[in-house]
Amino acid sequence: MRQTAQLVTATTALALVLTACSGSGDEGSGDASTITVAYQKTDSFFQLHDLLVKSKAEFEEANPGMTIELEPIASQETDYFTKLALMNGSPDTAPDIIYEDTFQVRPDAAAGYLLPMDEYLAEWEDWDQFPEGIREAGKGDDGSIYGVSMGTDTRGVYYNKEIFEQAGLPTDWQPENWDDLLDAARTVKANVPDVIPMNVYSSKAQGEATSMQGFEMLLYGTDDTLYDAEQGKWIVGSQGFEDSLSFLKTLQDEDLAPNLEDALDTNLPNRVSGELLPQGRLAIAIDGSWVPGGWMAGDNAWPEWEEVMGMAAMPTQNGQAPGSTSMSGGWLLSIGANAPDPQAAFDFIALTLNEENSFKFATENSQIAARDDVASNPDYVAFNPSFEFFSSLVPNTNFRPATPDYAQISNNIQVAAESVITGQATPEQAAATYDEAVTRVVGDDMVTEAG
Amino acid sequence: MTSLALDGRGRRDPGRSPGSRRVAQALLRSSPLLPAVVLLVLFLAGPIVYSLYGSLTNASLTGPRAADPEFIGLQNYEQLFANPQFWKSVVLTLVFVIASALIGQNLLGMGLALLMKTAHGPVRAVVSTIVVVSWVLPEIVAAFALYAFFASDGTLNIMLGWLGIEGQAWLVVTPMLAVIVANVWRGTAFSMMVYSAALAEVPPEISEAAEIDGASGWQRFTRITLPMIRRSISTNLMLTTLQTLGVFTLIWVMTAGGPGVESSTLPVLAYQEAFKFAQVGYGTAIATVTLVLGGLFAIVYIKALKPEVD
Repeated sequence: MRQTAQLVTATTALALVLTACSGSGDEGSGDASTITVAYQKTDSFFQLHDLLVKSKAEFEEANPGMTIELEPIASQETDYFTKLALMNGSPDTAPDIIYEDTFQVRPDAAAGYLLPMDEYLAEWEDWDQFPEGIREAGKGDDGSIYGVSMGTDTRGVYYNKEIFEQAGLPTDWQPENWDDLLDAARTVKANVPDVIPMNVYSSKAQGEATSMQGFEMLLYGTDDTLYDAEQGKWIVGSQGFEDSLSFLKTLQDEDLAPNLEDALDTNLPNRVSGELLPQGRLAIAIDGSWVPGGWMAGDNAWPEWEEVMGMAAMPTQNGQAPGSTSMSGGWLLSIGANAPDPQAAFDFIALTLNEENSFKFATENSQIAARDDVASNPDYVAFNPSFEFFSSLVPNTNFRPATPDYAQISNNIQVAAESVITGQATPEQAAATYDEAVTRVVGDDMVTEAG
Repeated sequence: MTSLALDGRGRRDPGRSPGSRRVAQALLRSSPLLPAVVLLVLFLAGPIVYSLYGSLTNASLTGPRAADPEFIGLQNYEQLFANPQFWKSVVLTLVFVIASALIGQNLLGMGLALLMKTAHGPVRAVVSTIVVVSWVLPEIVAAFALYAFFASDGTLNIMLGWLGIEGQAWLVVTPMLAVIVANVWRGTAFSMMVYSAALAEVPPEISEAAEIDGASGWQRFTRITLPMIRRSISTNLMLTTLQTLGVFTLIWVMTAGGPGVESSTLPVLAYQEAFKFAQVGYGTAIATVTLVLGGLFAIVYIKALKPEVD
């Protein structure tokens, strides 16, 4: 009798488990009247959320029966990419509209996560407002467009004029080369001891910020770059790579950078813009053009920033032509490959990026506007005093290599930078490790020696 | 079970040999286990086999290899074994397991259990409550508490400040020490409870008899108590080792494997390669190595302590 009872219990349990498994397939985003939107939202990046809340209301009013489901992902950038990739891993959880970084478009398109948008764009009259260079940002390896740009950005050097004054440095400052940057940091350290002289992101925890705002701002000011676009090969063994790492090492060795604990903090980008700069605890920061957006409104509003913060172009290593450098990226809105109603998803993107809404986002988030009609709007230029400066960096700006391998190579840049600032490798060793890693990622025939 | 056995003995089937009958009987008797076996195969062996297969591909979170991963044989393992960072992680994992689980949790747990045995009621209650609290905390909460303890403006440095000692950034300067202490703090309660239960089972007569024969306290402990609780020790060693081998949250929250790779044990390395650097196949290979390492530890314990022999 007893074993019959056991048998029954066990079989029931098995049946329950199996039913539970098979049941999970029914939910998910199969519903054609609901459009899910996945995007990033943090305490210093809320502008996109505000924009989507507005366009959601507009869209739902214009399309009765349709629902926009906002799925904010409250993570720092590196975790955001991981979560997106995991959501995209299954058609059940894949979002219909995705907020994508430009460098993720190619790999994600190659992975089959994104939908080519060409046929929808062809019928969108506003598409003419997007200049050719901006359109390129959404291009996949197959030449199709996989995303509509929300705007672009540049990067430069922020400095705190009050600290500079205390340190006896000029408040109208434009460093001519890397030594000028280091000298200013040294002067700050000597004269204003409680302040962190300079921040250049350089650890894995900060992810792409380390690659782009940090390392590449240095590297693209040397005679070398990451990638030889003509040959289509990645550059290894370059002096510029080693020199850029040496710059980071100098900052750390001379205590000109945040202490290691802060340098390795995932939240450092938020802390730089929301805490360290506004509180006058950081003198010089290499960072992106969007930073003032967080000072204009929101939790970290800081109206005095216009008087306190100075902005300078990032100098090249020895002042070589063109004298300054910058990096540009930007984000896009893409459609998930499994969106049940791609036309509706595209309509929502078109509404979110129409002139009025683009203006709202470009001004509030300090973007370099993607649309011509917004960029030429006098209200846009007048909205934020930093726009003019950061737009002036565009002629000398650089873009990340547009290949699907960039994401992995960027990780290896972060590994190299962190190993140098933690003293685990010399710049020479770290550069050699990077060279090996790059060769492993792309293969022997896709790398070329610098020369 | 008994009714089945009697049934079998009562009937004689001349057409079948006794051997095949015994097999059929054994099969019939174990049939109630079938659902459990199916579940184990489905949910335990299945994922392991799948992860073994995954480690032989170049699957990725994004890029062309996410759409159709290729079978690349043992390439991930070749790459892994040629990577000095991997060997460093193996050493760090061994250090972490031996220092925090084998030595820290077990010795401290045994010590506490012995002390508790002789302690007075209220002392025992207070001590066991304090120890168990660290174990009751969810891992993420414990990890945050320990991060707050070791951070450079954290509890430890503030307390050192009261004594006039200037602390340091423990998580950066001595990351392994910090995570080892953290894991000992968190896991000792488990060993203590296992050993307390085991010690309570040792009959006092034997110890008393040995005492009359003139055995010292240490002799009684090593010659009588330890052999009698051998099986509990073996089980406990195995459990703490495997738990520690899999510790991820604690290290990830406290140091994220850093600075650099100074506290990247194998689970941290696997997570980083698979989910941060998007190389799922490569990360899976690391996870598989961790699995093998756990198996090796288990075999050593079973061989060394022979729990089944009395």
